Amino acid sequence: MSTDTAMNTDSKSKTIVLHGRKVVGGSAEGEALVTGDRISGWGGIDPRTGTIIETRHELRGQSFAGKVLVFPGAKGSSGWSSQFHIARLAGSAPAAMLFNEMTTKIALGAVVVHAPALTGFDIDPLDVIETGDWVKVDAERGIVEVIKKQRG
Amino acid sequence: MRLNDEEQAMLDGRDGPAVQRAMDLLVRYGTALGAERLVDTNNVCGTVGATMPFLRDYATKHGGLDAVFSEFNLDSPDVVAVPKAKVFSSHLQQGLDPEHAERQNVGSDIVKLYRAGEAYTAKLGIQPLNTCAPYQVGNVPVKGEHCAWMESSAVIYINAVLGARTNAEGRESAGAAMLTGKIPYWGLHLEENRGGTHLIELDIDVKSVADWGLLGYYVGEIVQDRIPVINGLRHVPNLPKLKHFGAAAASSGGVEMYHVVGQTPEAPTLDAAMRGRKPVETIRYGEAERRLAYERVNTTAKHTEVDFVMLGCPHYSIEQIWEACQLLEGQRVSPDTELWIFTPRATKQLADQAGYTKIIEDAGGVLMTDTCSSVGRVMPKGTRVAAVDSAKQAHYLPAIMGVEAWFGTTADCIQAAVTGRWSGAFA
Repeated sequence: MSTDTAMNTDSKSKTIVLHGRKVVGGSAEGEALVTGDRISGWGGIDPRTGTIIETRHELRGQSFAGKVLVFPGAKGSSGWSSQFHIARLAGSAPAAMLFNEMTTKIALGAVVVHAPALTGFDIDPLDVIETGDWVKVDAERGIVEVIKKQRG
Repeated sequence: MRLNDEEQAMLDGRDGPAVQRAMDLLVRYGTALGAERLVDTNNVCGTVGATMPFLRDYATKHGGLDAVFSEFNLDSPDVVAVPKAKVFSSHLQQGLDPEHAERQNVGSDIVKLYRAGEAYTAKLGIQPLNTCAPYQVGNVPVKGEHCAWMESSAVIYINAVLGARTNAEGRESAGAAMLTGKIPYWGLHLEENRGGTHLIELDIDVKSVADWGLLGYYVGEIVQDRIPVINGLRHVPNLPKLKHFGAAAASSGGVEMYHVVGQTPEAPTLDAAMRGRKPVETIRYGEAERRLAYERVNTTAKHTEVDFVMLGCPHYSIEQIWEACQLLEGQRVSPDTELWIFTPRATKQLADQAGYTKIIEDAGGVLMTDTCSSVGRVMPKGTRVAAVDSAKQAHYLPAIMGVEAWFGTTADCIQAAVTGRWSGAFA
C-alpha cells in the first residue's frame, strides 16, 4: 500500500493503521512526539526529564516522557542505551518507540527501556504521524493505530 | 535466535545467575536486532563505573556495585553476585581524575566511590585502561577480530583503521559480553555489511588534525549511520587525524565504519571499498563544505574571552602531548584561563618520564587522566566559554555543560590559553 493511499483512507476515518516488526513486546498508547532528526542519547538528552538537549536538534527543549516517540533512529555516542536506561528508572522514558533505522544503539536502548518498540513499517511513520496525534501501539501483533488530531 | 549448546547452557543457568542474566539480555538484544546467532569475542571494552550522580544514588540505595552492574550492565532488576569477566575486558573512560579531584570540583566522597569502583573493576579482572582510546595504550585489535566495544570514537577507529569488527555496543551489552564472551552476530560483524555506501570526493587537501575533524563533522551529518568512502587523499594521515575524523563523524552522525581509499585496510581501491556496489550518493568536499563544517562546529561560540581550554578529546596520544608542549614551552597560561589536557593514565606516565608533564605544569596547565569534561562533567568553576581542538567536544560540551565552545587547531587553542582570548579563524 502506498503512502498516498493510506493518507486518502485516513482523511475519511481519521485513523491510520501501520504494520511493523516487533523490537520489544508489549502495548501502550500516548500522544505522539515526532521528529525527522535522529536522536543522540548521551549528550543528546537529559535522562532525568526526558528532554532533548542537543544544540541544533528540532526538538530541543521538549520532553519525550510518556510520549510515543517517532523518529528515524539513533545517532551519536554509544552511551545511547544507558541514557535511555536511566530515563526509564527516572520515570521519563517514552511510552513506546517507533523508528525506521535499526542500529545496535537503538536495539539495545529499546530493550533496556522495556517499552514497546517497532520498526520495519509498511508505511513510513514519519510520513503519517504528526506530533499531537494519539497513537496506540500493540508490539506483539506489530500494529500501530494512529488517531489523527483534529487540526485546523 | 539460534543458540548453540554452550549458549543454551548459560541461558539455563549452568554458570550461575549473573551469566544467566547476561545471556538473557543478549538474547533479547539479538532478537531486537534480528540477529540469527551470537559470535564469540575475546575483546570487550565497556564501563562499570558508578561516579555519575544517578548511579551513585542507585548504588547507595540498592546495595553497592553489584547492584549497579546488575541493573546497568545486565538490565537485571534483581541484584546478582557478579563473577570475574570471562574474556579479556577493558574499562573505558571514567567520571573523574582522582589525582585532580579538587581542581575538578569533585568531593572526597565521590573520590572514595571512585576508588571503590577501581577495586571492584580489579576484582572482576577488567583492565583499568580508563580511556576512550584503548587502542593508544596496548589494546590494538587486529583485522577481522570480533570485538564488543563501546565508545563511538573507539568503535569507528578499530573498524575503519584497524579492520577489526565491532558494532557500537552499549553499557549493558558490553557488560553481558564480559561475562559470556558472546555478542550478537549482526551489522559490522558480517563482511557484507562493511562496504561503503556514500562516496566522498575530496576537492581540497585535508592536512591538519583540525581539517580531519571538520571533514568528519561534515560527512557524519550527511551519511548519518551509513559508511562513507573518502577518495582523493593527497597526504597520508596519522593516528590523531584518523582518530579525530572518526570521533567527529560519530558525533554529528552515527558513523561506525568508513574507508579511505588507498589507506585503510579494507579499501585498497575504490572498488574494494564499495565492495563493487555503486554509491547511493556522491558528495564533493571542497572549500565551501569545509567552511560550512567550521561554522556548524562553532555554532555556539560568541564571546572571545576564553575561560577554559580543553584538549584531549579523544584522549591525547603521546605524539599530541609532545606537539602541545612544543607550542606551550616557555609560555604562561593566562591568569583568566585554565588549560586542561586529557590523556590515558599509561600515557601520562610516559609524559611524566619524558618531562612533558613538567612543561605543561610550568606553563600553568594540567595534564589529567581517566576522564574528560563532557563525560565527567568537569570544568573549572565559572566556565562560560571553552576552546577545544576537537569537533566532537565542540559538539557535546555546549549541550552537556551549557557553555560556548570555540573549535580550532591545537595552536589556536594553546594561543587562547596563553592570551585568554580566542583569535582562531577559518583559514
